[in-house]
Amino acid sequence: MSRRTGPCPNCGAPLEFRWSSSVQTVCDYCKSIIVRTDIDIQKVGMVADLPPNSSPLRIGAEGQYGNKAFVVAGRIIYEYDQGNWNEWHLIFNDGVSGWLSDAQLNYDVSFLDTQQRDLPSANGLEVGRIIGIDNLQYHVTTITRARYRGVEGELPFQYWDKAEVPFVDLRTTTGRFATIDYSEQPALLFTGEAVEFEALKFKNVREFEGWSQ
Amino acid sequence: MTAQTSAPVKVQALSCPNCGGQVELHGFSNTLTAVCGHCASVLDTSNPVVRVLYQFRQQQRRVAKIPLGSRGEFDGTQYEVIGFQVRSITVEGVDYEWAEYVLFNPYKGFRYLSEYNGHWNFIWPVRCIPVKRPRMGRRPSQMLDFRTYRHFQNASAKTVFVLGEFPWRVAVGETVQVDDYTCPPHVLSAEWDGKEINWSEGRYVSGKEVWQALRLSGSPPRAKGIYLNQPSPYPDRVRSATKLFLTFAGILILLLMFFAVTSRRETVLNERHQHVQTSGDASYVTPIFELKGRTSNVELTTSTDLDNQWGFFGYSLINADTGQAWDVGREIGYYYGRDSDGEWSEGSRNDAVIIPTVPPGRYFLRVEPEMDANTRPVNYEIKIRRNVPVYSYYLIAGLLLILPVIVLGWRTFRFEHARWQESDYASGSSDD
Repeated sequence: MSRRTGPCPNCGAPLEFRWSSSVQTVCDYCKSIIVRTDIDIQKVGMVADLPPNSSPLRIGAEGQYGNKAFVVAGRIIYEYDQGNWNEWHLIFNDGVSGWLSDAQLNYDVSFLDTQQRDLPSANGLEVGRIIGIDNLQYHVTTITRARYRGVEGELPFQYWDKAEVPFVDLRTTTGRFATIDYSEQPALLFTGEAVEFEALKFKNVREFEGWSQ
Repeated sequence: MTAQTSAPVKVQALSCPNCGGQVELHGFSNTLTAVCGHCASVLDTSNPVVRVLYQFRQQQRRVAKIPLGSRGEFDGTQYEVIGFQVRSITVEGVDYEWAEYVLFNPYKGFRYLSEYNGHWNFIWPVRCIPVKRPRMGRRPSQMLDFRTYRHFQNASAKTVFVLGEFPWRVAVGETVQVDDYTCPPHVLSAEWDGKEINWSEGRYVSGKEVWQALRLSGSPPRAKGIYLNQPSPYPDRVRSATKLFLTFAGILILLLMFFAVTSRRETVLNERHQHVQTSGDASYVTPIFELKGRTSNVELTTSTDLDNQWGFFGYSLINADTGQAWDVGREIGYYYGRDSDGEWSEGSRNDAVIIPTVPPGRYFLRVEPEMDANTRPVNYEIKIRRNVPVYSYYLIAGLLLILPVIVLGWRTFRFEHARWQESDYASGSSDD
């Protein structure tokens, strides 16, 4: 699919898919969730009011991971009983999609794992359990039941109106990070690593009065 | 693309639903719990509709030693103190309280300062899993960042007081399990409930450093006792004392080697005699011999064939020209036999004595032997050597030099002992 512009099917405002890999976006004006297929673009839902963004990140922020530059193209906001967190959709300069999760300003970069795997079911897991993935021992650190709270910007897949699902976070002794997202059948696995904010060399982030980056 | 406003995010304020007072949120929307500074109501700020979660009574309140809103640099990053909480553990019926301050930077996130009895730690979250290591004695151990941590204590920590802002939902009275591991000056902690395990690592900082970093007025509270990850001052001192000792020991060894090589060990007299018991005066003098070189020592050796006998040798080393004399008396005895325990022997047939600082000149030796009465004749040999190396001096000097190392080593031991007395592994405790 190519870069494409057109009117919002809901309000007629100009709508643009900036990245060829984007499947879903949100109309800036009417907050309709728009999904595109090979044939057309459709409104599939509406975004409710988002909770205030606590993150220094925003759509359009640019950064660097390793030696690859990326731009922040979208985000999914999740809510759970201890607050909420952001999954920022990153588009790298080689077209690859990645994710930056930001939970209370703790950052992890991860990528969707596309291999066929037998992932354990969420019910059988408990904190402290060790799971082997690619010969690495991942320890279950968090099991969270989270609700989809909203979306913003462009996403590489359709993601909206999800029910409450479990998320399982895993970490290794070497700082590798994985998360299992049980919103799909079979579950999705993302793998990556914990990162420090300064390591991502961000530009165009939000400013906070009285603070310098 | 979504239009992004570039106006800086500002600190927002809300009204306390209990007293109507203004509550500022310096942690921006990271703040999920805020405490009203006017009426001490704990507020849930995670929703636009603010709810009161808890209200502190007057006697529950605690005083923060660091004022909220203080800012300062730790590890090169600016942080603002936005929250203060007091937690407590109960050990053998006694409550111990410590304080934790929430440090916030809108980009880098949250760090913490903890304080107990004037001992401070700067704490950061750890987002990898420490490696479980084999137990050290009874203590489980963990490795992180090439540091090996030993388990110190497990406790159930209860939140008893909060003030300011927190990036989590505060539940007053709720407990979590805390395991502390120590590798001074670092501490590793795991906090866990059924749903989550959170690791954090901290570094011991002095109250003075905290006061300087945050530019606080007055002086920090005095540190009392020895804290779990307080660095011991002794290992450094032991190290420098050991260095000093090794330096001087090296010099001693060089001196010893020098004198061992350069000593003349010149035999100036070697005479054999037989002593037969008589009633008269058995004393005699030797021929004159010369002691050469500079003023140095003289070794006088007596070798005998004593056989279940004793002998007494009164010696005078006399300068033939000036008459100056050095007197030494040597008693020698050698006994042996056999009893129910087997063979035994006692004493020695031989003797050596050093006469120090004898100037050069012509000398003779006056000998006055005296032996066991009514025993067989005794053969003996007298030998005088000029300028012999004396090794015992070096040994004594070495022992004196190592003394500070031993004293400091003992203090190190006492310090560590005092530290571990506060742990789950205290000597004399029930799990010993």
